[in-house]
Amino acid sequence: MCTLEKRGDLFLLTLTGDDEHRFHPDTISSVLSLLEQAKSQSTRGSVLITTAHGKFFSNGFDLAWAQAAGSQTGAVNRMHQMVESFKPVIAALFDLPMPTIAALNGHAAASGLMFALSHDYVFMRNDRGVLYMSEVDLGLPLPDYFAAMFAAKIGTSIARRELLLSGKKIKGEEAVALGIVDSAAHDSVEGVVDATVSLGQSLAAKKWNGEVYASIRKSLYPGLCAMLSLTAKIAASP
Amino acid sequence: MCTLEKRGNLFLLTLTGDNEHRFNPDAIATILSLLGQAKSQAKRGSVLITTGHGKFFSNGFDLAWAQASGSLTGAAERLHQMVESFKPVVAALLDLPMPTIAALNGHAAAAGMMLALSHDYIFMRKDRGVLYMSEVDIGLSMPDYFAAMVRSKIGTSAARREVLLSGKKIRGEAVALGIVDSAAHDSAEGVVEATVSLAEKLAAKKWNGDVYASIRKSLYPELCEILGLKATIFATPKL
Repeated sequence: MCTLEKRGDLFLLTLTGDDEHRFHPDTISSVLSLLEQAKSQSTRGSVLITTAHGKFFSNGFDLAWAQAAGSQTGAVNRMHQMVESFKPVIAALFDLPMPTIAALNGHAAASGLMFALSHDYVFMRNDRGVLYMSEVDLGLPLPDYFAAMFAAKIGTSIARRELLLSGKKIKGEEAVALGIVDSAAHDSVEGVVDATVSLGQSLAAKKWNGEVYASIRKSLYPGLCAMLSLTAKIAASP
Repeated sequence: MCTLEKRGNLFLLTLTGDNEHRFNPDAIATILSLLGQAKSQAKRGSVLITTGHGKFFSNGFDLAWAQASGSLTGAAERLHQMVESFKPVVAALLDLPMPTIAALNGHAAAAGMMLALSHDYIFMRKDRGVLYMSEVDIGLSMPDYFAAMVRSKIGTSAARREVLLSGKKIRGEAVALGIVDSAAHDSAEGVVEATVSLAEKLAAKKWNGDVYASIRKSLYPELCEILGLKATIFATPKL
């Protein structure tokens, strides 16, 4: 389902298997547990890279699991459970005491895109993969922390509208132009992972104090952090 | 003064007459009522296009009506009345359960520009029409919801400064500044056609309008709070 490897300074979190990597209570707990592991093993110079196998980075919440509840109320409860339990994953990424990079091997939709955006840097492929907020097409309103993420991370009103109110499947080049991702210049999975490893290594070389890095990161997103119950203050001795 | 027509899925709201389409209490009440009508007739696939006739989309509040009160206090009160009563028009647009497009036939200034900015998409002409926030030139401070609209909808600090603090009459650079979506159209007919074309694509999605409005409002929490709009809804998802 997902693995955490260490390669020198780099932590590599991979969503394994050739499926949609949908977020379902079990996956959510696994991801959370691996992020906690990375946090506990972090040192100056640590960097996290998150990627996945196959055609999808992640296609969002496991709606089929929600529907399997058998009733409308049951489905809504399961959806609510996933929305609530995913919040700590986002919080863990914002709190992680190291730079974070998402290497999108493929499509990132709905909470899958939220997961990507929770990283400091997002790299996409230019040959494959789209970003897609499916909620308007599915008839699902946005959880509060989703809307706060977009407000915090995507700078222009037009870009936010394109992402949330158009049902568009946004490819790499457009995602860069809209300021959603940092780079979409990579021609294959290996290409995008290599590029993130390269960035990861240059960030690692700075040997930053991870607690301070996380504190500064959180101070950029006060509204979102408040919603995620994250405090921005720390007591690092400079 | 203004009309609401239905053409298939599209609601067309038009500020009629070859004048400045200034917002005085009557015009404001009429627009609000027509938006209420569109909302009550909304269904999946509905889209609103707002446009005007003549040289102006709208040149803002009816300052002449304010001054006609005969005294400085009277004028200030009338202006305040228009500012307060226009707030529900902006709220109604942000709350409208369908995508909204402003097709600027001509100039949009002050409250007229607010009306345009209250839409999801804005198309301008390239041959005519400017955007102009006149307040700094007239010496009027900004109502709270005007400032919140500009903060919410205009992304960069430099663009907001150009719009509010420069007294500039903005033309095609509105696209580069991220204020409008398109300024490529050569006539009033051209801009309306382009918006109809976009509207038809959006209509074909047959979105649930209440969910659309909810997602839209969640993009502008600060503005919605000032307008007294709640972002929560209880739509049953199509799971």
